[in-house]
Amino acid sequence: MADPEIKSYAPHHESQSPAVTESRTARTVLMIVTFAFLGIFLLLPLIIVFKEAFAKGIEAYTQALSEPDTRSAIRLTLLVAAISVPLNVVFGISAAWAIAKFEFKGKAFLTTLIDLPFSVSPVISGLVYVLLFGAQGLLGAWLKAHGIVILFAVPGIVLATIFVTFPFVARELIPLMQEQGNGDEEAALSLGANGWQAFWYVTLPNVKWGLLYGVLLCNARAMGEFGAVSVVSGHIRGLTNTMPLHVEILYNEYNAAAAFAVASLLAGLALVTLVLKTLLEMRYGAEIAATRGH
Amino acid sequence: MTTAPAKAGWRFRQPSVIPGFGLTLGFSLAYLTLIILIPLSGLIWRSAALGWTDFWAIVTDRRTINALEISFGTAFIAAAVNVVFGTIVAWVLVRYSFPGRRIVDAMVDLPFALPTAVAGIALTTLYAPNGWIGSLLTPLGIKVAYTPLGIVIALIFIGLPFVVRTVQPIMEEIDKEVEEVAATLGANRFQIISRVLLPGLAPAIVTGFALAFARGVGEYGSVIFIAGNLPYKSEIAPLLIVIRLEEYNYAAATAIAAIMLALSFVMLLVINLVQTWSRKRYG
Repeated sequence: MADPEIKSYAPHHESQSPAVTESRTARTVLMIVTFAFLGIFLLLPLIIVFKEAFAKGIEAYTQALSEPDTRSAIRLTLLVAAISVPLNVVFGISAAWAIAKFEFKGKAFLTTLIDLPFSVSPVISGLVYVLLFGAQGLLGAWLKAHGIVILFAVPGIVLATIFVTFPFVARELIPLMQEQGNGDEEAALSLGANGWQAFWYVTLPNVKWGLLYGVLLCNARAMGEFGAVSVVSGHIRGLTNTMPLHVEILYNEYNAAAAFAVASLLAGLALVTLVLKTLLEMRYGAEIAATRGH
Repeated sequence: MTTAPAKAGWRFRQPSVIPGFGLTLGFSLAYLTLIILIPLSGLIWRSAALGWTDFWAIVTDRRTINALEISFGTAFIAAAVNVVFGTIVAWVLVRYSFPGRRIVDAMVDLPFALPTAVAGIALTTLYAPNGWIGSLLTPLGIKVAYTPLGIVIALIFIGLPFVVRTVQPIMEEIDKEVEEVAATLGANRFQIISRVLLPGLAPAIVTGFALAFARGVGEYGSVIFIAGNLPYKSEIAPLLIVIRLEEYNYAAATAIAAIMLALSFVMLLVINLVQTWSRKRYG
């Protein structure tokens, strides 16, 4: 980037000359607009979650969370994330290795395909599995004959979750590994390391913070997914209800306090995700690819 | 020495000393095919099997058309609102320093991290007639919850980070010397912003709009709580798909999903063209 020597005699940007910033009034107005907009659209929803969760006191809160159905929803959400996140990590590393370390025909197309789930409505992500595995689905009769249950059961929920969280790890690792190039691995190989050793001792340490970043986002979405999971789950209480689905059921039963109690756990997860994400960006910004955001 | 051909000819991949190409590409392709491609092509196969007349009858059904109009219309309005406010937020985060800037910056990602169902019930509670914001708006005769306006509110929440996070990095790259030059040449601040800065930001703003719009069209979880879900009035297309599925009307669900995918695809194509155009124009 910019040569430090050149920078030293370039005009000092921090001294805000009137030419390159707005008038004091304009700045104040823009700041007020920003705070008001973010306050109304981001902060208030977050506050209301915790306010409603504790509206009937701490006892009601802990009681809502110790309900057997809530407990099983929490367990199912953890189980689904524990299966789908590692699978997407293996895929993400594998796809990033193929795409970043090699030049081959159709690479750009493959990269586009990996991003595809982001442009599909979550409901459609669930629907495609219903069309495949449902009673009237393409494989429905065969599955039934062999006694295999996918839809309205845990395997369907896991599949739908994998679908919607599919790109997270890959799209974090691909630009990062591309940026780092092949030099380190080539050096390791020429020193006698085999492919696995080059990956394990060279590549993985190089990308670990980027990988963690991807895992964090992938996990947040996996635990919070609603639309896709809602279509394939069948909403069987205590069996195929994840936490977000349980929030919906409780809310529709006019049990707002319990719904918000479960929601507060998910909001807590979101806050922890944001804090960790910010810490990663602050401490290891250079080692995480420039592609921020989603 | 191996006899290197003078003309390389068509080659699937460039040679490399790094191992594992076959394994990683093979695994990635297999996983992609199983999880994404086969299920998605199943959707296309099913809607093709419907036949043109059936497909057309479902797609031109009044309720379907209304649902599509509501989904695309509210997503468009929400994305437009986010373009205005998202750009302001990005500007304030990039250019101004104030205590807590880091926290505010992190907060912008909240809609990415907060499960949509949680956002849905929280926004509904806020905007319901007796909620914190709803109770302020009701005396003014504005109803938000259980109307299409509620859908717009939910989609503004969902789409905000897409605009901010697309525009922000481009703003950080702006060289202030360009502004200084413009000022030296006699441009006032308004002229600099509208004639120098905004054209450079236009491609990023269009991209942010497209991402927020595409996400809004397909959004389900945060919308269904606040929308009221009245057929023909406040029923979004993804919800109609779910309703048709619950009626075991696979044909209708498939057709609506296919038309949604097709419309989103056309839209992204158009936006891509606009982007290429604006890059060429403002480079």
